[in-house]
Amino acid sequence: MTPILIAEQVLNGLQSGVMLFLMAAGLTLIFGVMGLINLAHGSLYMVGAFAAAATAVATGSFLLALVAALAAAAAAGALVERLVIRRLYDRDHLDQVLATFALILIFSEGTRWIFGSFPLYLDIPQALSGPVTLPGGIQYPLYRLFLIGMGLVVAALLFWLIACTRLGIRIRAGENDREMIAALGVDIARLYTLVFALGAALAGLAGALVGAIQSVQVGMGEPVLILAFVVIVIGGIGSIEGALVGALLVGLTDTLGGIFLPQLLALFMEPAAATQTGAALASMAIYVLMAAVLVWRPTGLFGARA
Amino acid sequence: MSREGLLNAAVLLALGLVPLAAHVMGEPFTITLATRAAILALAAVGLNIALGIGGLVSLGHATFFGIGGYAMGILASHVQDYEPLFEWPFLFEGSTSMPLIWLLAVLASALAALLIGLLALRTSGVYFIMITLAFGQMFYFFSISWSRYGGEDGLSIYVRNGFPGLNTLDPIQFFGLCYAVLCLVLLGARLLARSPFGLALGAARQSPDRVQAVGLDPKRLQLVGFVVSGAITGLAGALFADLNRFVSPTMFSWQTSGEIMVFIILGGVGRLFGPVVGAGVFVMLEHWLGDMSEFWHIWLGLLLLAVVLFARGGLVGLLAGRGRAHD
Repeated sequence: MTPILIAEQVLNGLQSGVMLFLMAAGLTLIFGVMGLINLAHGSLYMVGAFAAAATAVATGSFLLALVAALAAAAAAGALVERLVIRRLYDRDHLDQVLATFALILIFSEGTRWIFGSFPLYLDIPQALSGPVTLPGGIQYPLYRLFLIGMGLVVAALLFWLIACTRLGIRIRAGENDREMIAALGVDIARLYTLVFALGAALAGLAGALVGAIQSVQVGMGEPVLILAFVVIVIGGIGSIEGALVGALLVGLTDTLGGIFLPQLLALFMEPAAATQTGAALASMAIYVLMAAVLVWRPTGLFGARA
Repeated sequence: MSREGLLNAAVLLALGLVPLAAHVMGEPFTITLATRAAILALAAVGLNIALGIGGLVSLGHATFFGIGGYAMGILASHVQDYEPLFEWPFLFEGSTSMPLIWLLAVLASALAALLIGLLALRTSGVYFIMITLAFGQMFYFFSISWSRYGGEDGLSIYVRNGFPGLNTLDPIQFFGLCYAVLCLVLLGARLLARSPFGLALGAARQSPDRVQAVGLDPKRLQLVGFVVSGAITGLAGALFADLNRFVSPTMFSWQTSGEIMVFIILGGVGRLFGPVVGAGVFVMLEHWLGDMSEFWHIWLGLLLLAVVLFARGGLVGLLAGRGRAHD
């Protein structure tokens, strides 16, 4: 277990953490502003990935593929908000869960119908492929570094949007008191569509970016969705800072646990048993983390409301 | 008898008579479908206690379904492989006897429900949904990485486990057994809903503060409700594994949790027979639409969306009218 290996794994953890943040930020915004639990957020991630893969095949440009992913996911989000989600704001959580579960079925089977059951592949662009050497002699794939950078830039933009722009002020006001800002003349229906489309675009971007290092296939969104739920529970629902901290914690725990738990167990167990037990325990690590946070702070690290 | 009571009786009668007719006509596949419907209904009856009476939106009931399934898989596989499950403090070779498997499945899933409930009930609302979903996923990944019991491939059990006095490999006899269990549990659920405990649990859903004010602890009521609910779903899991003679991590998957919840919504939340109607309709749709189109989940999704948006109260609500006025 060399320092280089540890550094590489920390970078891997950061990379999966910032991508999780893009998912969790949208979910937590949508919950914070509209009070809606959206299971179909993973489907928007998938829509982004498929739009990117299809565009990359058609045009050969990675940049256009990213733009297409953003646009397709935002459009799908806005459409779904207008048709279905809008009717759910004043329903209870059970109705929201079921209606968005129905949307997952429709999105997944619809995508399978259009693109077939076989996974698509999105190539990493030439300029971003291959490894780079970091200070300390660490060889690391350039594209993964790009993902970390991209995630941090988007996170910074999002914080700026929420803190410094008029839209951000409206979003924060909407979280606090929706009747009040409606009375002040803000078009709530449009604000909600906008927030939903923004969350969808973030999910679509994450799908397209991650799609290049994994395969693009139906059902790719749901595992990420559930991880994003863990992130939100840890960070506190409605808090963007919480989503960032939670995402990094979950990304690092998941990656480092998978590598180091088996090695840790190997110190006092037989190698074969250690690998098996380690793998089993590592798959549970983030949920144990979530349970620990719940015991300590039931509303999450940054959650204010009870 | 009220309209809902008549409807319930008709549903129960139909579920019992269709397999009998199929048996007479020699169509074992129809019997298997009915058995599947009865077992899935049982799983949903379990969830309906937490969801319908207690208002606990658990999106992790596949956890208990899977634990029940693996209880059967683990016990039977040790007998199948002639490897004792443990030798200390006494020799235990596993089991192929349904009553013992059921008992252990119920105990194991009740224990899991107790632990998950203790953690998840520290919160409420949308947190509760996400946490139950996350713990379900934890068991899913654990079952995939636990290679001793098949890992991702699951476990095949070649011979269906036995029940004293029955030949369980005969489809109609196994159906009769599942049907009897379902009827008993429905009776139990009805008694529970009208018992002091059930009334208090319902009150804890409607107004936790008032329940607290009369000296009851709403969280404790909800915890007990959640454990009972998980135990019933665990029993259904053991039966489901015996129906297929196969267990795999799919039983733990979040789609399974979602489907169990869908049965309740299709049928009607908080209705005694909602889960039975919902599971029956689901199995029929799965069979007929699945035959017609590879993409039948789209139609299921649209139907579900329509029920949620426009037909609150589900199919039982549509057919039998509104529920009791005070609810």
